[in-house]
Amino acid sequence: METFTYYPGCTLRTKAKDLDKYARASAEALGICLEEPAEWQCCGGAYTTAANEPATKLSAVRTLNVAKELGRPLITVCSACHNVIKQTNYDISRNEAMQTKVNNYLGLEEPYRGETTIYHYLEMLRDVVGFDKLAEKVVNPLTGKKIAAYYGCLLLRPSKAMAMDDPENPTIMEDFIRAIGGTPVIWAQRNECCGGYITMEDKAQASKRSNAVMDNAEDMGAEMVITACPLCLYNLEKNSDSTLPVYYFTELLAEALGVKEAADNE
Amino acid sequence: MNNSLKDWVDITSGVNVRKCMRCGKCSATCPSYDEMEYHPHQFVYMVEKGDIEPLMKSDSLYRCLTCFACVERCPRNVEPAKVVEAVRLAAVRKQGNNHLIPDQIPTMLDDDLPQQAIVTAFRKYTK
Ligand code: SF4
Ligand code: SF4
Ligand code: SF4
Ligand code: SF4
Repeated sequence: METFTYYPGCTLRTKAKDLDKYARASAEALGICLEEPAEWQCCGGAYTTAANEPATKLSAVRTLNVAKELGRPLITVCSACHNVIKQTNYDISRNEAMQTKVNNYLGLEEPYRGETTIYHYLEMLRDVVGFDKLAEKVVNPLTGKKIAAYYGCLLLRPSKAMAMDDPENPTIMEDFIRAIGGTPVIWAQRNECCGGYITMEDKAQASKRSNAVMDNAEDMGAEMVITACPLCLYNLEKNSDSTLPVYYFTELLAEALGVKEAADNE
Repeated sequence: MNNSLKDWVDITSGVNVRKCMRCGKCSATCPSYDEMEYHPHQFVYMVEKGDIEPLMKSDSLYRCLTCFACVERCPRNVEPAKVVEAVRLAAVRKQGNNHLIPDQIPTMLDDDLPQQAIVTAFRKYTK
């Protein structure tokens, strides 16, 4: 069994428990051990692009350094956590001034310079498990189900830091859908923003974006939408008029692997 | 023109606004185009001219979704969202200028709103 350091993030501990619970159950079924470090902090939810704002990077660097000390790659699930942690690591490994400031502040025994490898859970499925191996472990395939993969913004962009997939023509989530037996729907809005945190500022703007996304998925014949992000799920469900169901990708994974019920009863 | 403000914005954004060739692609792809009084290419252009005060007073600062579409799709790698972020920081870091105050939060909550939305809004709208 291969072991990884696992960062759930604050939302997976509260409003997005399903994203977390199915991620853990599925990993176990795939022979992957996800070990949560004893201590971690919320990543802050958004990466601050400001070049002179080291304070906003500290919590992500603490997490990255814990993973470094444990000597294992770091696995994330929430798109937003992944974006913050990955962009911070990209920045800290290239921007020497930032590296110095952050390390001076944290006072680590050995400075952190971007050594940790980070995988989003989807990348772990693709690059560690392998989608072909995943397909072999599927017991309840989602045969005939037309599924629209919603990337949103944070999984793919900025691509030079995220380096997950082609930012304009990604395939990782579609390959995931095929691996669990479903049929991916290709649609234009899959990598356009749902409105994100603007739901706090202006509900009308959030609805406009979420409706644009959901209308497009419906028009293309999708029966459901999947996401890796709690805020996408919230926006697409609450701020759109669509009745198309939206699921976390980990829920479909757990279902396909036959571990969903056991996870629900835990 | 306020040189020290322009310098601060340039340093904070890390963007060389002079690379912009004014193709407008950033604004064309911006999901917040209709809601922004100043569009991403205007942020870049106005910061280049040092005409920053109107941007600082504009609600456009709080309409950017940080979706990074403009960053990804700019053919000159100007990264307009970083300019928007720097001007927003210039505005909210001033004493008393926070755009979101904790007292407002309870009225915005519903049972499903993820924590992520709240922490992100604080990081974007306050200093
Ligand atoms: S992205 Fe969200 S859920 Fe994840 S830790 Fe950060 S703020 Fe919390
Ligand atoms: S799609 Fe929405 S919630 Fe998801 S990453 Fe973009 S803004 Fe965030
Ligand atoms: S990051 Fe902001 S300015 Fe750029 S495209 Fe997205 S919403 Fe528009
Ligand atoms: S896309 Fe880039 S080059 Fe074109 S107007 Fe926007 S910032 Fe300038």
